Amino acid sequence: MKLELRDITKKFGGFTANQNVNLTVEPHQIHCLLGENGAGKSTLMNVLYGLYEPTSGSIEIDGEPVTFSGPGEAMAAGIGMVHQHFMLVPVFTVAENVALGNEATKGVGLDLNTTRNRIREISDRYGFQVDPDAIVEDLPVGVQQRVEIIKALVREAEVLILDEPTAVLTPKETDELLNIMRQLRDNGTSIVFISHKLREVKAVSDVITVIRRGKVEGQVGPDTSTDELAALMVGRDVSLTVDKEPSNAIGSALEVTDLTVVGENGVVLVDNVSFAVAPGEILAVAGVQGNGQTELTEALVGLADHVSGSIKLEGQELAGRGVREVLSAGVGFVPEDRSTEGLVAPFSVSENLVLDRYKDREFASGPSLKLGAMRENAQQAVDSYDIRTGSVDAPVSTLSGGNQQKVVIARELSRPLKLFVASQPTRGVDVGSIEFIHKRIVAERDKGVPVIIVSTELDEVYALADRIAVFFHGRLMGIVPADTPRETLGRMMAGETADEVLPPAPWDDSHDQQQHEGTHTA
Amino acid sequence: MSTTTPAPESSNAPQEELSTAAANRTVGVRTFRPAIGLAILALVALILFALNAADGSVEFRLSDSGDAIQLPNLSVPVTAYGWVVTVALAALAVFAAVRARSLPRWALILAGFFFVTGFLVWIVGTAQTPSISVTALLAGSVALATPLIFGSLGGLLCERSGVVNIAIEAQLLFGAFSAAVAATVANNVWVGLLAAVIGSMLVSLVLAIFSIKYRVNQVIVGVVLNVLVSGLTGFIFATVLQPNAADFNSPARLPHITIPVLSEIPVIGPVFFDQSIIGYIMYVTVAIVWYALYRTRWGLRTRAVGEHPKAADTLGVSVNALRVRNVLMGGAVAGLGGAFYTLVSVSAFTRDMTSGAGYIALAALIFGRWNPVGALLASLLFGFASNLESILSFLGTSVPSQFLAMLPYIVTILAVAGLVGASRGPAASGEPYVKE
Repeated sequence: MKLELRDITKKFGGFTANQNVNLTVEPHQIHCLLGENGAGKSTLMNVLYGLYEPTSGSIEIDGEPVTFSGPGEAMAAGIGMVHQHFMLVPVFTVAENVALGNEATKGVGLDLNTTRNRIREISDRYGFQVDPDAIVEDLPVGVQQRVEIIKALVREAEVLILDEPTAVLTPKETDELLNIMRQLRDNGTSIVFISHKLREVKAVSDVITVIRRGKVEGQVGPDTSTDELAALMVGRDVSLTVDKEPSNAIGSALEVTDLTVVGENGVVLVDNVSFAVAPGEILAVAGVQGNGQTELTEALVGLADHVSGSIKLEGQELAGRGVREVLSAGVGFVPEDRSTEGLVAPFSVSENLVLDRYKDREFASGPSLKLGAMRENAQQAVDSYDIRTGSVDAPVSTLSGGNQQKVVIARELSRPLKLFVASQPTRGVDVGSIEFIHKRIVAERDKGVPVIIVSTELDEVYALADRIAVFFHGRLMGIVPADTPRETLGRMMAGETADEVLPPAPWDDSHDQQQHEGTHTA
Repeated sequence: MSTTTPAPESSNAPQEELSTAAANRTVGVRTFRPAIGLAILALVALILFALNAADGSVEFRLSDSGDAIQLPNLSVPVTAYGWVVTVALAALAVFAAVRARSLPRWALILAGFFFVTGFLVWIVGTAQTPSISVTALLAGSVALATPLIFGSLGGLLCERSGVVNIAIEAQLLFGAFSAAVAATVANNVWVGLLAAVIGSMLVSLVLAIFSIKYRVNQVIVGVVLNVLVSGLTGFIFATVLQPNAADFNSPARLPHITIPVLSEIPVIGPVFFDQSIIGYIMYVTVAIVWYALYRTRWGLRTRAVGEHPKAADTLGVSVNALRVRNVLMGGAVAGLGGAFYTLVSVSAFTRDMTSGAGYIALAALIFGRWNPVGALLASLLFGFASNLESILSFLGTSVPSQFLAMLPYIVTILAVAGLVGASRGPAASGEPYVKE
């Protein structure tokens, strides 16, 4: 089946997400859509899948124009999609999820046995190892993703769209997925692979279409160099590395000992973790999303319940304290999701900039706020952080993702800090803002502040880290130097400890002066 | 009240099966909530059932004089049984404190049994004639539970597909009103029954339009509907029904069916096999709703839409159309409960005659964990509490009747407050689905 998109334009109000996009997916092909976050890749695919209606343009299958008023029609036409956020009902079994919308029936009743057999058949053919009767929420993400692929295959999809499928996977799971994609292609399914990760794109694609700001920037082969792809994707030459002097940090400002966080249901989210961070050092916490990093940061600022262990900042115990006490002890915190935790969307830029300081004398007299001082403060932040906004009184929700993130960073760095914790500081942020935010973080380090960065993007980890801590299933797999090879980190992210993956190298000695806690596993 | 300690039986996640291993190790979250709850119950039992027990024994009559099979009466010494209950509950509380986590089901059932029977023995003991017919007690409970069961099933159909239904009260009341008027005017009870269904569906239609199409907050629409229906029916009752009762408000009753043989079984025979036709419709409805929800395509889609509407949408399920259909069906079921008031219970509509049953039905739905069988059992418990109140006022107990009248509501609060643990409702309940 040959799929063509012709002159697709999609507008949301005044914002053009896709402009005159042309794309042809040939049979037996892995076609990659490469572009930054927010370039319009997902919008395009949602148009193709019938979730959005294009403002103009047409879709053709084997030369025949088609229109989809909903995903049902797109599926009937042979298009399947694995969404970035899985579309699985967590409390259902695999079989129920696969059957949904495509149910086999026996009389008035549901016939799940037919579905179970189909799942086993597909699972055996591709080596998926999926149990049809497992409850989806109990499955690891990698397996959930296979359930999504099975859903598409059961519906006999000839074109399979994979939207950022590797974002939630370990490097090993990613390799497995890439193999599955090749296998599917060889069996006749065309694949549209949406990604912004250059390495994966080069590894698996037959054709690469680069999208920038909603427009097709060019079509290239997989042998194009990484630098060239990056330049096409971003629109200019980019250096993805951050200039920073090596850290000469000594001692420890933050000491975390035996930290354990237990979830409401008894799952140990952070498992007996101990580490220390020196003043003027960036400790980057790497790991696949959902391995305890979020809970670690929440525990550090006092947001988590069921915490045991000790968190000492310059000798002062923070564990068990409330959030306000922790913040006033000099901790700055950038939460992982700015829209739900970092900002109050309908509040203005200037209000958002004082969310943690509205009680200070600087901004309040008695029960009333000093609006003038707040505005002045905002103006300064806008100038020094290059926040692009029409006015400091504009609701923060009207800003782009990158500028919203700069508001959060500006607020957290505006106080004198003794510890800076940032979770996914550049998620969903354009490359220009990433460079800027990274520089600010390094500048904070150079002031002698201990910094903890949590990131699921290894590129970011390498760009910032002085040392790298790897988390897996809530456990600390070890702390390794910043020049540890990617493969080694990948193995640690999949559950091997530093002792297992690292040869007994001399680095232990050279770093002994600044790290005495070594590795720790449960 | 909860602390964490790694429990000794916790196991480390196996490191070899990485791609399929079920993530993190788990430990028990220590919680003393069940222990505290049970300790309070034990204390109540000690103070009331044991220390303030009446002298002598209470008599539970298992058969009435006309019954074919006669069973001997059950006589229970009040003080002794009070002590039994106190000790049993205290033992369960100790058990819960040692375990320090949520209780197994058998312990909850045991605790419930002891407390309810302990209460029953104690309160009957305070009556002037400490003798009670078990058959009458249970049969009355089923009758009072009938509208609650229909109401909670109606709510269940809405909530499982993601629409919160606070308007059960309005549906019951309007169903009762429509049934009374239609049955009188047409001089046919079956027309009345149909009118109850349609009237209640009208309420549902308003709920569906505002909450699904216009995405108004579902709780607010529900509350407004309750007030609206109460005012509207009250007004029509005062201006039309009351002055012309013979023309508009004197419906006949639905037929009463006594199943031969089965109704002769001691105790449960009269309770289950000797009642109005709507009681039998109720059993069938519970069975149908259960089967449909868990065993049919419609049920799978309904549950999916209530949990993750977007997932259902991406698979071609039309989310809002399904919700509208389910809300209307919910109205139809609740309408049958409304008909019970005017076509079975009393033969006339009176102002606000449902008196909060819709809210109790909502509580039964939550207490029953959004499961048809759970809703049935919870409704029966609430029905039992209400019936006990009316029987006791007959027997002349020394406990003030106002306190007895509070009984069903106290049971509701205790039940819904989660003495039995938090219940997890449909994830998307109350959230309108917006297609981008």
